[in-house]
Amino acid sequence: MAELLTAPTVVAPDQDRTMILNMGPQHPSTHGVLRLVLEIDGEVVVRVAPDIGFLHTGIEKTCEAKFYQQVVPLTDRIDYLSPMHNNLCYCLAVEKLLQLEIPDRAQWLRVLLSELTRLNSHLVWLGTHAMDLGALTVFLYCFREREEILRIFDAVAGQRMMTSYFRIGGVSLEPPLDFHDRVRKLLKNLPERIDEYENLLTGNPIFINRTKGVGLLSAEDAIALGVTGPPLRASGVDWDLRRDMPYSSYEKFQFQVPVSKDCDVWARYVLRVQEMRESVKIATQALDGLPEGPIKADAPKIVLPNREAMKTQMEALIHHFKIVTEGFAVPAGQVYQAIESSRGEMGYFVVSDGTAKPYRVHMRNPTFATLQAIEKMCVGRLLADVVAAVGSIDIVLGEIDR
Amino acid sequence: MMSPVIDNAGKVELESVLASHAGDPAVLALTEKLSTSIQSAKFDRNELTLTISREDIVAVCQAVQASGYNFLADVTCVDWYPNQPRFQVTYHILSHGLKRRLRLCVLVEEGDPSVDSITTVWPAANFYEREIFDLFGARFGGHPNMRRILLPEEFQGNPLRKDFPVEGYR
Repeated sequence: MAELLTAPTVVAPDQDRTMILNMGPQHPSTHGVLRLVLEIDGEVVVRVAPDIGFLHTGIEKTCEAKFYQQVVPLTDRIDYLSPMHNNLCYCLAVEKLLQLEIPDRAQWLRVLLSELTRLNSHLVWLGTHAMDLGALTVFLYCFREREEILRIFDAVAGQRMMTSYFRIGGVSLEPPLDFHDRVRKLLKNLPERIDEYENLLTGNPIFINRTKGVGLLSAEDAIALGVTGPPLRASGVDWDLRRDMPYSSYEKFQFQVPVSKDCDVWARYVLRVQEMRESVKIATQALDGLPEGPIKADAPKIVLPNREAMKTQMEALIHHFKIVTEGFAVPAGQVYQAIESSRGEMGYFVVSDGTAKPYRVHMRNPTFATLQAIEKMCVGRLLADVVAAVGSIDIVLGEIDR
Repeated sequence: MMSPVIDNAGKVELESVLASHAGDPAVLALTEKLSTSIQSAKFDRNELTLTISREDIVAVCQAVQASGYNFLADVTCVDWYPNQPRFQVTYHILSHGLKRRLRLCVLVEEGDPSVDSITTVWPAANFYEREIFDLFGARFGGHPNMRRILLPEEFQGNPLRKDFPVEGYR
């Protein structure tokens, strides 16, 4: 592993044999603003040094200046493809600090919307990954289904992308009346639609040649380099936090965790497609068994009262005023909460000093660690394979740079 | 303000927490070989935290890794300014086999904010240690590429330090 670590950010050309090539930050296949400094010998990659930080906005610092509940909208903006996973992970961490019990209905709504978020994220990934490799049509179909998911988010949370739907203590609103029918229709159509994408890609010889045996990453390397999520499972490690360390009542759902031993870009594609099918199953179970009951925890000093109570009851008004103006104090302590996001282990490390503002919020983002494996995947391979490898780790620069 | 300073009550807590987690392979391995390097232990909200003396972090990580905690999930830092020791470098380690997590902390004084790098044990620490160097200014001895990672090279200061204003210097 030592040779991997010695790569400096600026690569010095080795006499005249190799050349330095800057890929990005404005390159369509880098999915944002990733800059890869490549040393190439003809078409063969000799070294890769990722250069990140173009989207750094100091969100962790901003969190320290906000009340606990004001951090929720910031978390959306980290990983803009799976906002609800960020909301969920942060809320679970703070709820762990507060030792708050969340009602069943809220937990099931969280599972349902987390899985829709995973579908949303995987659809964008599938479309853009296929487009990177030259299959332009898939993108249009993926975005057709994604649009319906975003419309559902809009109906539920009032926002298409920056949802902030999960709040500390539950979820913000009761879903609208036609929510059930719309989600049911979407989930009913999706398996067929996924077959459609597979028709375009799985048997496609160009796609197979571009992905099979490309971007190899062994299980040992994946674990040593902190790789999580689909790339880890594609390397043969059977690990999914939803099943192995369940949170938000995931233990009550039946689903399979697809694993592959092929270790290549193809395996990551196949796994994500299977994961989409499993997500449809989980979401269907959540919709079928959605319990009745409150959507917010019974904690008047932490959870905002509903509007009706606020306008008719003195105490509710006082609580509302206090929460909005002063926030709520969280007992001192340190917690690390991790969930399985679309890209792997997303963890929030929240430190409280007993006041109403978090002392420290740190986000452990999956692709930040996974990006370290890019050198293992690309060295000794062709330049064009770098595009496939970067696409296969489903990179989102917003969460890497924070 | 919760201070990370270790006192006598901490010693009592250390013994009781270690005794109640004697079945944990990492705790077992550490109490057998490196018992002097554990400064304090805490079991809070179902999370086990061990504070390790700064010199022994690499040896402790090797022992923890050998005991079955195979995956380094995260490395980060907390600034306890103006308390001393100022920095708390925090490692979150996961065991795929045991399905359990372990938190290791190293307390670092402001005067010499440096810790040995654990990239030899887990190469995954590479980016995380660079991030701490970048945002907190703590150094990692033996790190192969100790440069800023998120901020530009010419940036002045370390923004996640508590004495750095949220809106930055103008």
